[in-house]
Amino acid sequence: MIRPDAPVLLDIRDLQAAVEDQPILKGVNLTIRAGEIHAVMGRNGSGKSTLSKVLAGHPAYTVTGGRVLYKGENLLEFDPEQRACIGLFLGFQYPVEIPGVSNLEFLRVATNARRAEQGFEELDTFAFEDLVRERLAVVQMDPAFLERSVNEGFSGGEKKRNEILQMALLEPLVAILDETDSGLDIDALRIVAGGVNQLASPDNATLLITHYQRLLDLITPDHVHVMAAGRILRSGGKELALELERTGYDWVDQELDRLAAGGQEAGRTPVEVG
Amino acid sequence: MSTATVGDLVSQPYKYGFVTEIETEKIAKGLSEDVVRLISAKKEEPAFLLEFRLRAFRQWQQMQEPDWAALGFPAIDYQDIIYYAAPKQQQKKTSLDEVDPKLLETFDKLGIPLSEQKRLSNVAVDAVFDSVSIATTFKEQLAEHGVIFCSISEAVKEHPELIERYLGTVVPSNDNYFAALNSAVFSDGSFVFIPKGVECPMELSTYFRINSGDTGQFERTLIVAEEGASVSYLEGCTAPMFDTNQLHAAVVELVVLDDASIKYSTVQNWYAGDENGVGGIYNFVTKRGQCRGDRSKISWTQVETGSAITWKYPSCVLQGADSVGEFYSVALTNNKQQADTGTKMIHVGPRSRSTIVSKGISAGHSSNSYRGLVQIGPKAVGARNYSQCDSMLIGDQAAANTYPYIRCQQPDAAIEHEASTCRISEDQLFYLQSRGIGFEEAVSMMVSGFCRDVFNQLPMEFAAEADKLLALKLEGSVG
Repeated sequence: MIRPDAPVLLDIRDLQAAVEDQPILKGVNLTIRAGEIHAVMGRNGSGKSTLSKVLAGHPAYTVTGGRVLYKGENLLEFDPEQRACIGLFLGFQYPVEIPGVSNLEFLRVATNARRAEQGFEELDTFAFEDLVRERLAVVQMDPAFLERSVNEGFSGGEKKRNEILQMALLEPLVAILDETDSGLDIDALRIVAGGVNQLASPDNATLLITHYQRLLDLITPDHVHVMAAGRILRSGGKELALELERTGYDWVDQELDRLAAGGQEAGRTPVEVG
Repeated sequence: MSTATVGDLVSQPYKYGFVTEIETEKIAKGLSEDVVRLISAKKEEPAFLLEFRLRAFRQWQQMQEPDWAALGFPAIDYQDIIYYAAPKQQQKKTSLDEVDPKLLETFDKLGIPLSEQKRLSNVAVDAVFDSVSIATTFKEQLAEHGVIFCSISEAVKEHPELIERYLGTVVPSNDNYFAALNSAVFSDGSFVFIPKGVECPMELSTYFRINSGDTGQFERTLIVAEEGASVSYLEGCTAPMFDTNQLHAAVVELVVLDDASIKYSTVQNWYAGDENGVGGIYNFVTKRGQCRGDRSKISWTQVETGSAITWKYPSCVLQGADSVGEFYSVALTNNKQQADTGTKMIHVGPRSRSTIVSKGISAGHSSNSYRGLVQIGPKAVGARNYSQCDSMLIGDQAAANTYPYIRCQQPDAAIEHEASTCRISEDQLFYLQSRGIGFEEAVSMMVSGFCRDVFNQLPMEFAAEADKLLALKLEGSVG
């Protein structure tokens, strides 16, 4: 839903970041308003996942330039846990297993951390059980998963559903979903996409990071961005994703070559596709 | 600030490092036959006990300090240690009102209130300060059930026949270097006797406090459960911070007859030395239980977080048919701490079973070794053992070792051993953080998750305590 007057939730300006002194992001610009769904597409190594980790505050990535404003505040000053508390959510491409830590307890501690920031009271075990059982419906998840250790022994699809369950509990303002569709069969993909659609509202925003059109068949983006070599090369509407599906990413190489030769700034000049 | 590393977290100030200013009666440094006689005389012991001590002392003189453990430390000068120290109060008091308030205050500060109003409900406590037991709570209530719970010095006076019958029968005085030393100079400790058929109506607990800087602590604990009896016993330990090392060499003996069981839990939090490895307790402990009766059971649970050096192998000799031995252990080492700990399960009786679950956590520059023996004798038909040894590494400077020894003389026996090593990964921490869970809480969630199998074995009153203790050790200076 595009509303030009909707408040800006996330404003990324010339963001540059490196991992172990290797520059990955080389000047990303992106503005996300409330109510919008954005999709960032691109090949492996284009910097999509790095963008999501930098926004969430992963310690392995160093921001070397630019800025990120979250509701007007400097997001980069916050610890990862603070970013989560104020409403930023990262759905992981590969959610890690944490043996010994109960999923239910983990979800409760996380939910209460967010609630404390929002000024809501802490939920005790019973109140939280009620809440979590209600939210399980969003991803059609079996309550048995609550009793297990965080992600331990979960299948790929179960892990992703667990991610969306966390999103349903934390009610973020900006949800970044990193390759949420990878490793899902079509049924699981429908459930996960259905969950994301249910949670989208005029007050929040979603940033989908994906390779494929198939997720976007189920979640309709308002804006599509193509990332390559650490920059957003092109932006457009949902038709850009369809175009990519048809033509692939070969044009990206030509564009990058042209940029390297001409030194022009990325993302400005429309490129002939197909 | 997100610059904190897990390493920063594990260095949290030791809460129990204070010294109580109290007048103490100490004897001169050094160890000789005269010192052994002096200790025995001070305690007005019967002749058999003096004989026991002297025999042990002579054996000790012939023995060498063991060097097979994966531990490194400067030589201990046994002549530079005080072997007896006691707070100056003439007699053990019959009522708590007569105990020096400073001592009560000390235990209050340690979270072990002894006074009538504040004491833990349903837990009887024997409080040992330096070499002497200063108070035992709930004695009368226990006596109504025929349960004897008192300091071992008191037991020597009031129940000499039991002491003579059992002392040194599980850990003989020449068992090893430190056991021999203990047998020669032991000062105090607890004695528990649960008569036939009695289920001890409350948890029993001994709290050991070292206060003096140059004193060795040598306690001796003896627990006997007669036929069909059962008891759950817990010991806790703390010491002040000194920049010298203090020697602690304890001996614990358990005797379990037919159908009886003893559950023995330890939360050990001796001072561990500072981040450079200066100071801290040298903890050389011999703990062993004998399942003498059929269907008898001994369960050791230990949470070892303190001491500069830990050398400790709580063991079970499974003599009775269908007897059961268990060992659940969490050992946390940080900074320059060294731990070499584990168990011995000696299967003698047919169908005896043992379970070993060991969780080692190493942080800082510490070294943490599991060393365990599973021995199945020729008569232990159908014996079974299951061992699980897991190590968790925090940071990249710590070491974790596992030394399992298996000796099997019974083709029918089943022995299983599982081992794993893991590291708290940056990705796991980041995952929890990205859900709003702070760094410290994330680490402590993962560590207590890792230890849960063991904490589940602790008496309920202390499981939360142990969890908190580990969290404290891992909490620190973020921000």
